[in-house]
Amino acid sequence: MTEISAMVATRHDITRTMVEDFLYQEAALLDEWRLEEWLLLLSEDIIYEIPIIGMEQSSSDQTLFLLADDAQRLRGRVKQLMGTATWAESPRSRTRRMISNVRVRDAVRDELNVSANFAVYRIPQQSWRTEDGSNQTECFVGAYHYKLRSGETGLRIARRTVVLDVDVIRPHGKISIIL
Amino acid sequence: MRLENLIIDDEERGVFRVRRRAFTDPEILQLERERIFEASWIYTGHESEIPSAGDYVCRRVAGRSLILVRSSDNVVRAFLNSCPHRGAAVCAAGSGNAKNFTCPYHGWGFANTGQLVAVPSQDDYPRSFQRADFSLRQTARCQLYRGFIFVNLDATITSLEQYLGGAKEYLDLLCDQSEAGLEMVSGHHLYSIRANWKLLAENTMESYHTPVAHKRYMGYMADRGVARKAMKRKGFGEILGQGHIAMGSAPPLGGKPIAYWSPLFPAQKKAEMQAVQQRLADKFGPEKAARMSQMSRNILVFPNLIILDLMAICVRTWFPVAPDYMEVSTWCLAPRDEDSTTRALRIDSFMSFFGPTGFATPDDVEILESCQHGYRNKEIEWSDLSKGLHKDKPTNADEAHLRGFWRQWHRLLTRSRDS
Repeated sequence: MTEISAMVATRHDITRTMVEDFLYQEAALLDEWRLEEWLLLLSEDIIYEIPIIGMEQSSSDQTLFLLADDAQRLRGRVKQLMGTATWAESPRSRTRRMISNVRVRDAVRDELNVSANFAVYRIPQQSWRTEDGSNQTECFVGAYHYKLRSGETGLRIARRTVVLDVDVIRPHGKISIIL
Repeated sequence: MRLENLIIDDEERGVFRVRRRAFTDPEILQLERERIFEASWIYTGHESEIPSAGDYVCRRVAGRSLILVRSSDNVVRAFLNSCPHRGAAVCAAGSGNAKNFTCPYHGWGFANTGQLVAVPSQDDYPRSFQRADFSLRQTARCQLYRGFIFVNLDATITSLEQYLGGAKEYLDLLCDQSEAGLEMVSGHHLYSIRANWKLLAENTMESYHTPVAHKRYMGYMADRGVARKAMKRKGFGEILGQGHIAMGSAPPLGGKPIAYWSPLFPAQKKAEMQAVQQRLADKFGPEKAARMSQMSRNILVFPNLIILDLMAICVRTWFPVAPDYMEVSTWCLAPRDEDSTTRALRIDSFMSFFGPTGFATPDDVEILESCQHGYRNKEIEWSDLSKGLHKDKPTNADEAHLRGFWRQWHRLLTRSRDS
């Protein structure tokens, strides 16, 4: 099936605009640090992963990824991020997500595969970083690949693959936020 | 250049301090490049990354761009990635398999053994032109120890085995975990820290910071069912000579995929891991087997290779780019004959702690950058490393082994190259 015909075959009741609204709402929750609410958007079988460039097709079972969280790990991650012992996010950075080029690639039964481009800016807030104005704004650029599942309560995220265009994390040094 | 008073090493008074200028002065970094990085065996890669003839990986090592290749004659060589003609890189891909490397500038071609095999319009060169004079340049030496590939840029220093000295036994403890040998899992974590390179050696090689800096990892483990008392461990710190140091503790924090089950692992793995423990005990005796499977261990091969044998095996190397900036590379090492579920567990364990997204590394990065920033406050001239100075048996939470690193650093930095 070509991508064009796949788009035609998208479920009648879910439009690209609805998918965009969903992604924008998700981005707002992340930017506003409403991470517990963000968790509610995820299905219990969620995989959130950041593969190494060129290894997107392999699995984190056999290849070292930058990140591969299941639901349990993600809940732990959110708990830590919202707590006070994550020094890399204490105080919390400000973030700003730009999402564009949203495409519904295909839809089979209740599942949609969606891709989008992103730029996520992170501006750390530690006083020693901000005191002289050189607060070292970071930018992460890449593509999102989502598997969204449509159910009674709306769309849920079953897979969230973040493909960075630069996976050499320099000079950022870390990815301490949820991308 | 003033090199005196960089360290105060006075056991009688119980004082060990490092002058913070050691972390900030560009002239000191220049000396480190000449007297340490260009005069030591430097880890470059693992044999398993280039298993077949023609396989290569490109690595940045001590400021050089290297092609690490298994040549057609099965010899592992390290070439400087620069055409002997006019300088362009002869290999642009990061890894692959090649019989030849061809310079994109004028088309000079090199066999993967380094020999110049193609020169377009060679007739135009004078008769004195010899292809043999223009082989790809190799590092002064390239040697292996149990699969670990090291290079050095100065042919006059001792052989790799002599250089490794007391660190060899610790590498053996690691390599003996599998009869089939170890291999690098595909994938890597490449990141940076805006801090002096020596801060990462200090940070990785002591456990004093663990309960504080890694409070969130402790919290994560507790949430996953690890008893808080199991996080209190007994350990040691050891100076292995020539700047190499080691530390370890038991029981392993976060489990050990080779043979120490933790609540972080699936319940069905418990019996399997106990069986492996038994197998290791039968083969190596209970004492060595316990050291292999029931202890966490970090070793530092001077100056910049650290192998962390913890909840996974992390191979970490790093280089200074500026006094306040380092580039870090890490890989996950694993037994070749590991079954797929244990391999998946190992990789998952690795990512839970290490790397730019793990539950530990980002906080280390943050704190080391904060230390480096703190050195702008020049009124505070010294950093203190005296913990455990009075003890006969210092632990992993003491700084005795760090002092071993610093003494070697100081020895190399202050000697003249001719002596």
